[in-house]
Parts: sequence; structure tokens; C-alpha cells
Amino acid sequence: MESTAPASPPDGAPALSMRGVSKRFGELAALADVGLEVKSGEIHALLGENGAGKTTLMNVLYGLVKPDAGRIEIDGRPVALDGPRAARAAGIGMVHQHLALVEPFTVAENLVLDRGPARGGLYRRAVEEAWARELAAGFGLALEPDRRVAELSLGERQRVEIVKALTSGARILVLDEPTTVLTPPEVRDLFVALRELAARGRAVVFISHKLSEVLDICGRITVLRQGVVQGTVAAAATDEQDLARRMVGHSLGGLSRGPRFPVGQARLLEVVELGVDSAAPRPAMNFHVSEGEIVGIAGVEGNGQLEICETLSGMRPARSGTVRLGGRDLTRASPLERARAGLGVIPEDRTQSGVVLEMSVADNLALRAHRRPAFRRGPFRLQSVFDANARELVAKFEVRPPDPDRAIGTLSGGNQQKLLLARELSERPTALVAANPTRGLDVAATEALQNRLLQARAAGMAILLVSTDLDEVLALSDRILVAFRGQLAEVPAEQLDRETVGLMMGGVGFPAAAREEAIRL
Amino acid sequence: MRGAPLSGRLRAAFVDVAVVVAGLALLVAACGHSPREAFSSLLGGAFGSIGSIVISLLKTGPLLWTGLGVTLAFRAGVWNIGAEGQFYAGALGAAATALALPPGPFAALTALAAGALAGALWGFLPAALKVRWGVSEVLGTIMLNFVALELVSWAVHGPLQESSRFYPQSERIAESSQLAPLLEGGRLHWGIPLALLAAAALHVFLTYTSAGFRLRAAGFNPRAARLAGIAPETSWLLALCVGGGLAGAGGASELLGVTHRLYERFSAGYGYTAIAVALLGGLEPAAVVLAALFFGALEAGSGTMQRVAGIPSVLVTLLQGAILVLLVARRSSSDVAAARRAL
Repeated sequence: MESTAPASPPDGAPALSMRGVSKRFGELAALADVGLEVKSGEIHALLGENGAGKTTLMNVLYGLVKPDAGRIEIDGRPVALDGPRAARAAGIGMVHQHLALVEPFTVAENLVLDRGPARGGLYRRAVEEAWARELAAGFGLALEPDRRVAELSLGERQRVEIVKALTSGARILVLDEPTTVLTPPEVRDLFVALRELAARGRAVVFISHKLSEVLDICGRITVLRQGVVQGTVAAAATDEQDLARRMVGHSLGGLSRGPRFPVGQARLLEVVELGVDSAAPRPAMNFHVSEGEIVGIAGVEGNGQLEICETLSGMRPARSGTVRLGGRDLTRASPLERARAGLGVIPEDRTQSGVVLEMSVADNLALRAHRRPAFRRGPFRLQSVFDANARELVAKFEVRPPDPDRAIGTLSGGNQQKLLLARELSERPTALVAANPTRGLDVAATEALQNRLLQARAAGMAILLVSTDLDEVLALSDRILVAFRGQLAEVPAEQLDRETVGLMMGGVGFPAAAREEAIRL
Repeated sequence: MRGAPLSGRLRAAFVDVAVVVAGLALLVAACGHSPREAFSSLLGGAFGSIGSIVISLLKTGPLLWTGLGVTLAFRAGVWNIGAEGQFYAGALGAAATALALPPGPFAALTALAAGALAGALWGFLPAALKVRWGVSEVLGTIMLNFVALELVSWAVHGPLQESSRFYPQSERIAESSQLAPLLEGGRLHWGIPLALLAAAALHVFLTYTSAGFRLRAAGFNPRAARLAGIAPETSWLLALCVGGGLAGAGGASELLGVTHRLYERFSAGYGYTAIAVALLGGLEPAAVVLAALFFGALEAGSGTMQRVAGIPSVLVTLLQGAILVLLVARRSSSDVAAARRAL
């Protein structure tokens, strides 16, 4: 903390060099002979799918995981990292995906909290705030030390985390999926800050699975797949197709939107003056989804999407207004009545609301279907039909492993998600509410799921796609709504582009009151 | 715990019991007694003779009935801490019915049914409070234990007291209204095979019926069940009513088959031990039968241990408590693990 300027490394030695790092967890080789080299002043991407080993590698670097083999050098000197404390002492600063700030505290208080007790154990407000301001300015970052963290946007909070990570003089800054919680304008601000840090001689490791942003911000890119490095390439010498191939292992087919279903006048799912049940008062909402249409709701997480989905699925009572499906009033209907009226739901918290982890694949697939006459005889359920149903769906949706008897909790998140979609689609709903249907899935599984949604749309289903992944919303939707602080606004049809939607996700185009609330919160 | 394979859960239960037994041996030794003597008298008291086996089985009966009642509730994801009260309610209902009707087998069967119904009512009350107003069923079931206890106390001091008004107890149930002994002149009565039948029925219900499937799903994950169109409230109501009915039938069976009278402190804490029985049995009816037998034998053997070896039978209560603590700890640690997984 005394010296915030990076020490100049010995001639030629990279800021960080990891060589031959291997780690096994039981049968699984999480990392196999991985090498990573990051120079001072460089923004270096670590690109890979979920489960490729990115997090394990960074946990090795942060001293949280002890590698079976491998050598780590910082500025050319070998270091032993046996814990986060040692890693920080060695000059490594980590910004985790989930921010860990004390919300009721001010920015300066959070930074002091991390630094340790001040002289005499007293917190002198003016002194500490001046220190915090100066510290941030030294990194080329702007902070307002006297504001409470609870008042800050996620982008601003992340900046506090970055300063916090650099406080102890870190020369290597690691950011784990830093853009997930940000709006596009905030992402731009983050990139500006990172370039500034690099220009001042720090080494930045940028972990991501998003191809476009990696190409945008990083100088060199190291691709990891199944624990093995698939090459380190300069951003200038590659493109998205090449990176995707390295990351996934094969070329992707791409999305096929297929023929547009003739949108009739039939508004299948209709929401009129709907008031959701939430702590803060929210204005009433109006929207509809027609036959053969995907309507996307974009927005940064926590802007009221959860309340909308839960109200539509019958998990949360509506305060006012009407929800209609095919003309039928379902405002007060139970989830079962909604299902019978033709509504399918993919909840956003898969393990909490989607599947029963302790039960088998076959049982999970029968949670809805077991009421059909074919699945029972009198009061008894027919296990053979449960199994046959599961075998058919598992094959059709390419679930791995294709074993109906396994507890669903032992399957990967992607395969659980496929099963969830299989269960909902096999009920042949006329409308589907899908919340973050591809979150946490690998690229291939994401593409497969998105194609399934497009097929359903082509068959006439009305789909409400609620997603925090802007790319997904843009790729799939016919119309787009943006959620901001519990309000919805539709993106004008002629402006369905990244720029407009991104600005609206930050509150542009919403009544002033909504933005005001954003600041007071 | 419920998600683990059966063999793993059996091993876990076995390890728990072994750990506790070893601890008990140490405790006995620390009190200056011989562990060998303690265990031999305990075993002898439980299985040493035909007579002691009969006593073990007699103690197993009420533990099995109440253990099944608790099992059903736990499988539905609700805590039934009220088997004790449901047991009392069942005994009261059975006593009142058997004494009111003309003696005969009809009275016995009607009294058994009335006991089950009274227990079901005692389960319905906390279930309704939970479903309607969100009152925790833990509170509801525990509180009703005391209500049932005091109700029995009032009955045997008042309307049901024997005509001589000498003791606070009911009139003796006429012999023809009792549950008949399995063997002429023996003490084992028909209530015990009936409890085994109930265990089999519970297994069939949970494994093979649609309603049992819904109940299990709601018990594991009420949110996911609700979203999939399975209202967990239905399962909660069913589990507490039927579970209460099972515990109530246990009270009725004990009254009609063993004590033949209603009196204060009618239950030896069966409804509480039932929680340990259900958990030790891994909430699988077949294993609950074995767990009930284990605790029944402990109850029977502890008396002998006290008489023969002079070792206080309280130690057995201690053993039961220790097993319960271990089981609950294991259960909640697996819940914690599941919660972590979910993150």
C-alpha cells in the first residue's frame, strides 16, 4: 500500500509466468500442463467455456488450490502461493465475479476495511477519504470516497473492487468474468479503466467466455479447453470463428432462425396493467406476446425480471391487473391451472425452482406428465411409462449421460437445463416463459437450446425470453422490452440494435422517476 | 441424506449406532460399572427369553406406529414433532369410544378407527394453521402435544374417570372390546401385525402411487414442485393428517391391546422417540420397522439392565438422545451441502 507504482520487472521477464501447471480432481484432469505468460502493460484474456479450467487456474494463482505440478514466476522470480495472503503479498490482485463490498459502508470505509486498522485503530473520515481519492487517482480511476456503496451502480462498485484489489500494490490484476453484471455503457467504462491500468504498467488477466469482448479489449488471448491450452494468439491475428473453434473444439452450425411464423392478430399472452408484488412500489406493466413470436426482455439482473417471471408462472401473487393466455384470465390461477391452459415455464433458478435434485431424470421429466392418463392406472403410477418417456426425451434432447435412472443432481448444469426444456416443451404449451434459459451452458449447448426455442417459435409458440445476456436477446427476439428498476419499456422496432438496447438498460428512455430511484437506492 | 444411495444410508445409520454404543460403553465404565455386564444384561433383557422378546415387541408397536407417522410427514417436507400428542389423542378417542359402546369386537374396531381419526384431527390442526396462515408446523405440532396431554389428564379426572373415583384413570376396557391377543393367553396383540401392515402400505403409497410421487417431490423441493403444478400444501395436509392418524392408531392400539385403561402419562415418550426412529430408519418404511425394533429392544432391555446390573436405565435415554443428535446433524449437514451445491 505504500508504493502504488509497480516495481519495474527485471529485463525481459514477464510479469506473470505459469508453466506446466497440472491439477487433478479425482478422475478429472482440471488442468493439464497449462502455461500462461502475461507481460507488464498487457491485457491478456483467458478464454474458455464453463468448466474449461479457467477458474481452477486462477484459484491456483490466488493460492486457493494447490497444483499437483507446475511453476509460477512473478517478474522472473519463482513464488510459492499457499494462500490468498501469499498471493497478495506476491502482487496479485483478484476481482471476483460476485462483488464483496459492505453495502451500508462508504467507498472509503470499504477500502480501509480491506487495508486493515488505521493508526491507533481510529477511522478519521477526512484523512481516509483523501487517501482513497488519491489512491484511485494514482490508478487513473475516479472514485467518490464519501458515497455509500449501496448507492452505487454495479459498474461503480466494480471499480471500487478494482481499487481494493490494487491497494496492496498488486501489479497483476485478475478479473473473473467482469462484464456479466454490467450494461454495455458500463462495459465501455470498464474497458477504458483497464486500458489505463495497463498503460501504467500493470498486467491484467481478463477471464471471459465472450468472444467479442475478448477481441475488443485484449492484446493476446490464451484459450483453454478441458484443462488444456489450445494456443495463445494475438487478438489482431484471429477472429471469432477461429476463437470459437479453439474454445469449443469444432465449428458451430450457427443459429437458424428458420421461416418466420405468420404473426396473426392473436395475442396469445397478454399482460394488462399488471402490478407485481414487490417491496418497492412498481408502475403497472403492459405487454403481449403473439403467436409465433419471441419477445425478449433485456436488462441487467435485478431490475424486476424475477418478479415478472414469478408473477406469470403463478409463484407470486399479482397485486393488480390481468394476465391472459389465449383469452383466458389466469391472473389468480395456480401453476397447475396455468399449465393446463398452455403455459410452460423455465425458471431462472434451475436448482431452486426447476428440478428436484434428489430425484431421478425420469421422475423429474414426469413432474408434469405424471397426471396424464397414460402415466397412471387408478391411483398407481406406471414406472415403465415414466422410463419410456424419459428415454425418448433424453434421446431427443441429447442429454448426457442418457440414463433415466440417475439422480438429476449428478448431471451437469447444461444437461439439467436441457431436461427442463424437454419437460416443458413435451407438454406442448402454446406460450413459454423462459428466464435465462442458457445461463451457465457451454457454447454448443447454448446454441442447441436457442435453436430449440427458434423451432418452437416457428411452430407457432409465443415465447417470452427473459435474459440478462444481451447477445441472446438480440439474436432471438422479434421485439425487445427493457427492464429497468422494475419498469418495462419497448425498444422501437427500427432501433433493435446493441447501442439502443444497451443505453436503455442503463435507464435512457425511462421516465426520470425511475432513474431517480436508481440513485436513491 | 435422502438423496444418498440406500446402502450408503444404511452404513451411515450403522456407524451412528456403533459410535453411540461405544460412547455409552465408555460412560458406563466411567460410572464404575462393567460395560460387558451392562450390555449383556441389556441384550438379555431385550432378547434373552421368550418373555423378553415379547416385551421388546410390545415396546416396538407404539414406536413403529408413531415412527411411521413422523416418517410420512418428513417425506413431505414438514416437521411432525407432534406424534406424542397424536398418540394421546388416539388413546383418548379410542378409550371414549370403547367405553361408550356395548362390549364386543365391533367396539374394538370402531375404537381403533376413532383413535386414528382423533390422531388425524390432531395432525390436521397444525397442517391447517400452516397452510392457511403460514404458522410453522414445528410450533403447531409441539404445542398440541401439551393440549392432548392435558386433555387426557382432564378426561381421567372427569368424564372418563373410573366409577370408584379412586385413581385418575378410566374404567378398564371390557375384554371383548380389547384388541385380541395373537395367541390365546399371550400378551402380543393384533395391533402389532397391523403396524407392520401400515408400514407396508406406507411403502406402497410412497413408491408406487401418483400421490406418493407428488408428496416426495414436494418434500424434496417444494418450489420446484409448485412450479411444476404440484401444490405442496396438498401433500402437507395429507402427510400431517395421515401421519397423525398413524400415531393416533398407535395410541389406540396401545390402549386396546396393552394398557386397557387410559391414565395420565399414558405414553413413555413414544411420540418423541419416534423422531429418532424415523431418522434412524432413513425415512424408508422397511428400515423404520428395524429402527423401531432397535429402540423397542433398548426400552425393554434398559429395565433389566437397571435391575440386574444396577446401571440406571436413564443411560438408555441418553443413548437415544445421542443417536437423535447424530442423525439430525448428519441430516442438516447434508442439507447444507445441498444448499452449497445449489449455489
